[in-house]
Amino acid sequence: MEYFTLFMGAAIVNNFVLARFLGLCIFFGVSKSLSASVGMGMAVASILTVSSALAWLVYNFVLIPYDIMFLKIVVIVLLMAGCVQFLEIAIKRYAPALYEMWGIYLLLIATNCIILGVPLINATANYGFLKSIVNAFGSGVGFALAIILMASLREKLQYADVPKTLQGLGISFILAGMLALSFLGFSGMIPL
Amino acid sequence: MNYWEIFKKGIFEMNPIFRLALSLCPALAVTSTVYTAMGMGFCVMLVITMNNMVVSLVKNYVNPKVRVPVIITSIATIVTLITLILEAYQPDLNKELGLYLELVVVFAIILARAEVFAMKNRILPSAVDGLGMGAGFLVAMLFIGAFRELFGTGAILSGTKYVMQILPQSYDGPLIIVLAPGAFLVIGLMIGMFNIIGEYQDKQAAARAKAASQFAMQRGETA
Repeated sequence: MEYFTLFMGAAIVNNFVLARFLGLCIFFGVSKSLSASVGMGMAVASILTVSSALAWLVYNFVLIPYDIMFLKIVVIVLLMAGCVQFLEIAIKRYAPALYEMWGIYLLLIATNCIILGVPLINATANYGFLKSIVNAFGSGVGFALAIILMASLREKLQYADVPKTLQGLGISFILAGMLALSFLGFSGMIPL
Repeated sequence: MNYWEIFKKGIFEMNPIFRLALSLCPALAVTSTVYTAMGMGFCVMLVITMNNMVVSLVKNYVNPKVRVPVIITSIATIVTLITLILEAYQPDLNKELGLYLELVVVFAIILARAEVFAMKNRILPSAVDGLGMGAGFLVAMLFIGAFRELFGTGAILSGTKYVMQILPQSYDGPLIIVLAPGAFLVIGLMIGMFNIIGEYQDKQAAARAKAASQFAMQRGETA
């Protein structure tokens, strides 16, 4: 139950895109088409889970024993960039079909705020190993949910009569605001 | 190009937030008050200037193939320095900015300026370019922060000793502007406003060009 609360909290109540504003570049960049959004959501969710586990291990077994916590930004940034690159090579080698579908998104997210932010939070938040993985997976699912919802809305928007000055990025921001407003309704669902 | 030109283009024609739509996360996350927006703006300005200087200094010793990891390491080091300094001297601000200050590391605008400008220029123009881009970022942050705080609460600079009550005390603003969804709505409307201004300027420029060509034609006829 505890894990379920943590998962729902990360995925819906404190949604990383709509309540904490991380990963906005890909959120607005990719949500133009639904199929691309599904791919991107899956890629981010899986990478967040793997890289958070890695960051937790490095933080707790390298940085804390040697008392060099102040180096966490440098270490975790390089770790994340390396991790994404490694995953890309590994998927290309062992699962070419998967690479066809997701490969391009992996390159896009090598240095992105959500990819850096979630592991940074997880590693330093005094969670246990399993809890940090659940939290990271929840964050990833939350991102996927937000981007897929947004893409579905934007596909409908193509048939709407939008004022000329708001076309493109302007109306997308307003749409995201509406989405955030509805997600605000979930706050209070889970006692923190 | 003189230094003033380099400085100016970051503020107007290449404004990181409104024109390039880069580094949007902090523009939404820490602009609920002017104080945090200003703190973030100055930090980013410092990081981008120092990083441009460092990159411009080492550019001749770095193999182009590994330039991106080198630039990222440099940014991460500078950001670490700034977080430690803020933690020591401005603990309140550090707590407010929190994670977003650490995430300055992956700002597209900083990496982009290092790649596009500092790798090709000497140290002084690079520093001026960083200052200009940082100033553009700071101005945009202040603009959004002032709008949200003023219309959300009626006062600006609350949280500091310079708090100014601009709208009357009885003003009961829509709280939504200060909350998360308001950030999206305000920036969406601001982008629309910038589009209107841009359109107006284009129209003016077109009218001027037309007048000039007519003038030239008339002179051609009389000559």
